[in-house]
Amino acid sequence: MLIDWFTVCAQALNFLVLVWLLRKFLYQPVMQAIDGREKRIAAELADADAKRTAAQAARDEFERKNTSFDQERTSLMAKAATDAEELRKKLQQDVANEATERRAKWRESLVTEQQTLKETLIEKTRDEVFAISRKTLADLADSTLEASIAHVLVKRMKDLGAAEKSILKTALETDASPIVRSAFELPNTEQAAIQNAFRETFSNNLTLRFEVAPDLISGIEITTEGQKIAWSIDGYLTTLEQSVDALMKPAAGAAA
Amino acid sequence: MHLSPDEIIYWQHGVVKLNATIVFTWVLMILLTVGSKLITRKLTTDYQRSRWQNLLEILISGMVDQIKEIGLRQPEKYIGFLGTIFLFVGTAALCTIIPGYEPPTGSLSTTLALALCVFVAVPLFGIEDQGLRGYLKTYTEPTVIMLPFNLISEVSRTLALAVRLFGNMMSGSMIIAILLSITPYLFPVVMTLLGLLTGMVQAYIFTVLAAVYIMAATRAEKDPTAISN
Repeated sequence: MLIDWFTVCAQALNFLVLVWLLRKFLYQPVMQAIDGREKRIAAELADADAKRTAAQAARDEFERKNTSFDQERTSLMAKAATDAEELRKKLQQDVANEATERRAKWRESLVTEQQTLKETLIEKTRDEVFAISRKTLADLADSTLEASIAHVLVKRMKDLGAAEKSILKTALETDASPIVRSAFELPNTEQAAIQNAFRETFSNNLTLRFEVAPDLISGIEITTEGQKIAWSIDGYLTTLEQSVDALMKPAAGAAA
Repeated sequence: MHLSPDEIIYWQHGVVKLNATIVFTWVLMILLTVGSKLITRKLTTDYQRSRWQNLLEILISGMVDQIKEIGLRQPEKYIGFLGTIFLFVGTAALCTIIPGYEPPTGSLSTTLALALCVFVAVPLFGIEDQGLRGYLKTYTEPTVIMLPFNLISEVSRTLALAVRLFGNMMSGSMIIAILLSITPYLFPVVMTLLGLLTGMVQAYIFTVLAAVYIMAATRAEKDPTAISN
């Protein structure tokens, strides 16, 4: 008999036990290991995918920012160029204005300097003229400059024309004390000479008042009611001033 | 000369006996269990793993894929039953290279026991999958007239399963035994190698047929591409 029923039953039981044993010791652990690895790989792939997505997002963000930065830079550069151009024009204008202003000031100071120089020259000239005259008069005629000037005034009074005398007489009728103004203190002799010449010329008994006026510039005058008889170096100085002006003008024109 | 290892009896008490079939089955069971335990002792889910673990994973993944290809939708559910059939029959055939070894599958009792297990497992899996009513209905398909033929088919294929394996394994052992007495040395070695191949093919056929029967009993039978007996 090929079939032994006891063996059949025993083998069936053995097989079932083997199924249980292998399920416990082989299939379950190995399947779990495979599943664990698959899960791990899936998790890592998902993680990599998430990282790739994040990286993509970061790259997109970076590119967006880069583009925005480029645009901003371009606009800033354009603005800076415009600002620089405006500043350049403003500075240029400022410099031009300042140059104009300085030129005007320089011209003004030149004019002032010329004026001062002229005045100094006149003063010096006057002083020199007086000194020379005084010395010349002292040496030649044994006379002082003040006396000579007083003499000139006396001579002028005597040389007055009839019309002029008439006008002055009319003026003297309302003025009781005409004034003699001189750039220097007149000595008593000269004062008396002038007083006498005045009374003789205008036939009256008026008394002259003598005053010192330094602004007369080495001159002498008799004033009364808007009329005057005068002599001074001022006239000569005016001529000198005109000559100096004529000399200075070409120099100023060349400097400008 | 023994036709079946059942005839080699080591101990007997009444009907209870300890023959070569049972003893070598136990040896194989111990070998498989201890081997599994040793290999799965240091299982890891890391990418770096031992060669034994790699071999086991390839083997089990291969079986899972094979079951899936046959048409069973949840291979993890059937791997315990079908995988054990393959490993037991395959190991029984592989060990024929060991002198003095008697393959338990060379006993009609063993192959019948395995076939009976399949015979019982198929309806169990079928009922589990589509319920008792649904499973019983499959016997009346395509018409009620087919009911007796389906029942005959159920029994006959179980017998065919048992006898096919037994015949192949027994014949292999018999041929080698006969050849050893006629032409020793070279020729039996070649036949042993051929026997190894035949044994592995038989393990594969037995497992695939069992899977096909289970598949036919479950809903997956509707798949027109499924393998039929």
